[in-house]
Amino acid sequence: MDTTTDRSGDVRLTGISRTYGSFTAVHPLDLTVPQGSFFALLGASGCGKTTTLRMIAGLEEPTAGTVRLGDRDVTALPPHKRPVNTVFQSYALFPHLDIFENVAFGLRRRGIKSVKKQVEEMLELVQLGEQARKKPHQLSGGQQQRVAVARALINHPQVLLLDEPLGALDLKLRRQMQLELKRIQTEVGITFIHVTHDQEEAMTMADTVAVMNAGRVEQLGPPADLYENPRTTFVANFLGTSNLIEAEADATSGDDVLLKAGACTLALPRARCSAPTAAGGRVLVGIRPEKISLTHADESAGIPAGRNRVTGRIAATSYIGVSTQYVVDSPVCPAFQVYAQNIDRDPRLVPGAEVVAHWNPAHTFGLDAAQDIGAGVAEAGVPQAAEEALA
Amino acid sequence: MTALTGAPPSPTPATPPTPAAPGKKPPRARGRLTPYWLLLPGILWLLVFFLMPMVYQASTSVQTGSLEEGYEVTWHFATYWDALSEYWPQFSRSVLYAGSATALCLLLGYPLAYLIAFRAGRWRGLILILVIAPFFTSFLIRTLAWKTILADGGPVVGALNTLHVLDVTSWLGITAGERVLATPLAVVCGLTYNFLPFMILPLYTSLERIDGRLHEAAGDLYASPFTTFRKVTLPLSMPGVVSGTLLTFIPASGDYVNADLLGSTDTRMIGNVIQTQFLRILDYPTAAALSFLLMAAILVMVSLYIRRSGTEDLV
Repeated sequence: MDTTTDRSGDVRLTGISRTYGSFTAVHPLDLTVPQGSFFALLGASGCGKTTTLRMIAGLEEPTAGTVRLGDRDVTALPPHKRPVNTVFQSYALFPHLDIFENVAFGLRRRGIKSVKKQVEEMLELVQLGEQARKKPHQLSGGQQQRVAVARALINHPQVLLLDEPLGALDLKLRRQMQLELKRIQTEVGITFIHVTHDQEEAMTMADTVAVMNAGRVEQLGPPADLYENPRTTFVANFLGTSNLIEAEADATSGDDVLLKAGACTLALPRARCSAPTAAGGRVLVGIRPEKISLTHADESAGIPAGRNRVTGRIAATSYIGVSTQYVVDSPVCPAFQVYAQNIDRDPRLVPGAEVVAHWNPAHTFGLDAAQDIGAGVAEAGVPQAAEEALA
Repeated sequence: MTALTGAPPSPTPATPPTPAAPGKKPPRARGRLTPYWLLLPGILWLLVFFLMPMVYQASTSVQTGSLEEGYEVTWHFATYWDALSEYWPQFSRSVLYAGSATALCLLLGYPLAYLIAFRAGRWRGLILILVIAPFFTSFLIRTLAWKTILADGGPVVGALNTLHVLDVTSWLGITAGERVLATPLAVVCGLTYNFLPFMILPLYTSLERIDGRLHEAAGDLYASPFTTFRKVTLPLSMPGVVSGTLLTFIPASGDYVNADLLGSTDTRMIGNVIQTQFLRILDYPTAAALSFLLMAAILVMVSLYIRRSGTEDLV
């Protein structure tokens, strides 16, 4: 994210935390959001992402720590004095004002008299020029959402905060608005900080994603990096689906670590392992379901050498258009998931069939086995996994 | 009444007629009549206790005659004009007192309603009960209590005198010397006290419905707390302000108890005049005419007010 050399617009959170009585919503957190970036705070509900956002907006007072915009410490400023605007989860449009006046609200409060041209341009940007004189309740959910964006953006804030802005929209509209928001962000070049629980939304839109869990940032990075190289089980499970196999480091071979899991030996590039790999060390070996190929046990001889292999029996299959999802019951992993593209479907791959799941060791990642293997599974939920497979 | 037993006329031809099942009443007919049956008790009540007395009063107001010889409808509309020209001071005094009491109720009630709606937290229920608590005693007793509170030489009057408040109010002509009782101030105080809950409750209801996130959104869009109140909270609470002022002003302008118990002959309101005409002088036509004049005046004022405040435009 070093594309911008100007650092004066960065959002810097230093040691920021928030506690409510004995409950800690946000643990001391250091975070820098570079100017002009589209930054996503991703996590399940209650992970502290919205509290973090509200502290940047000034709607929530941090228990400790500072919020800086560029070089300016804004920690003590009330919200109406911060050069920051928010798109609220439920839009919070003023029901007694029409769309035009909703959008003009911020400009008028700053004493700007001639707002007409600016408001019209902004409504044009969000494609609502025709609706200027309607009241918010006369608009559809997607239109209200665009009004909320326009109302915040017209003030040219240093940072635009979006609090689950697409949560109330249906799936199709959400997709459309994701692209729309990304387009607007590219067009205006303002820093966007987006809070969401939807991993797909975060990955589609943001340049940088911070995955939060229980008041802490688990991992931060570009979406592809987070997905390919998760460093904690929470990230591995929350972002998409991961198969995690408990294994023990055995030996090394070149740049790879060889691990033993039951009867299988799995290779893992040392660079992709965030756990200590001394012999006898416990490691969780991870592999994404779509990186795996499935071959019937009768043809296992044809599998090229050097690939990681796990044997098992198909427990369930589900055909979902672009791919077929298999759940393989394996001695090393009770519910080993495999997503296969529907290109050449082997008719023998039905529940009960003995199979070999195999993959290129380069796609394998290693995690510290001291963590909870199931972290983030419940939060991510089944529907999202299904959605992702459909995409 | 025939409409209640037969099927109601269908409002548009677009409604398809229920196919008549031979030999059997269509089951939906009963269901369609249910709303009318539910309306019946209320309509009967209004007919007997509202419309009939109104018609009776209207006819009384255009009668002439005397108590001994009996009254007769002679369409003597001059009674209205005579009543208005004789009692217009009491009319204007009623509007003035009720208006002052309404304004005071709004000034006292709005901050309290705001506090209950946004700041009271777990005390909300208790404060609401305290607002309603006075209703557990009779209106008359509460008004009489004010006689003691404002008694000559009592602590309230003494304190106001020491603070020289009475000098100011006497100069304004709303108190007389060292007396508060039997002055306009006493009557307005009584009206304000008695009708305050009718202001607070609708205000509270409309304030409580305002989404707290709108305050946050306004703050986020550079509105200071005061501007947020002026531009968001106040406009959104206008339905409460309008219904609160109506619920206060309308009964206050027809009230006679406060003026009777806390006032003097110089503070008589139109309610007192009507009461005297009906019950002491027994001049029924004048009393009836005055009642209708009061009603007409209130209707005109209220409709102007509602049109002016434009509440029908609010969500």
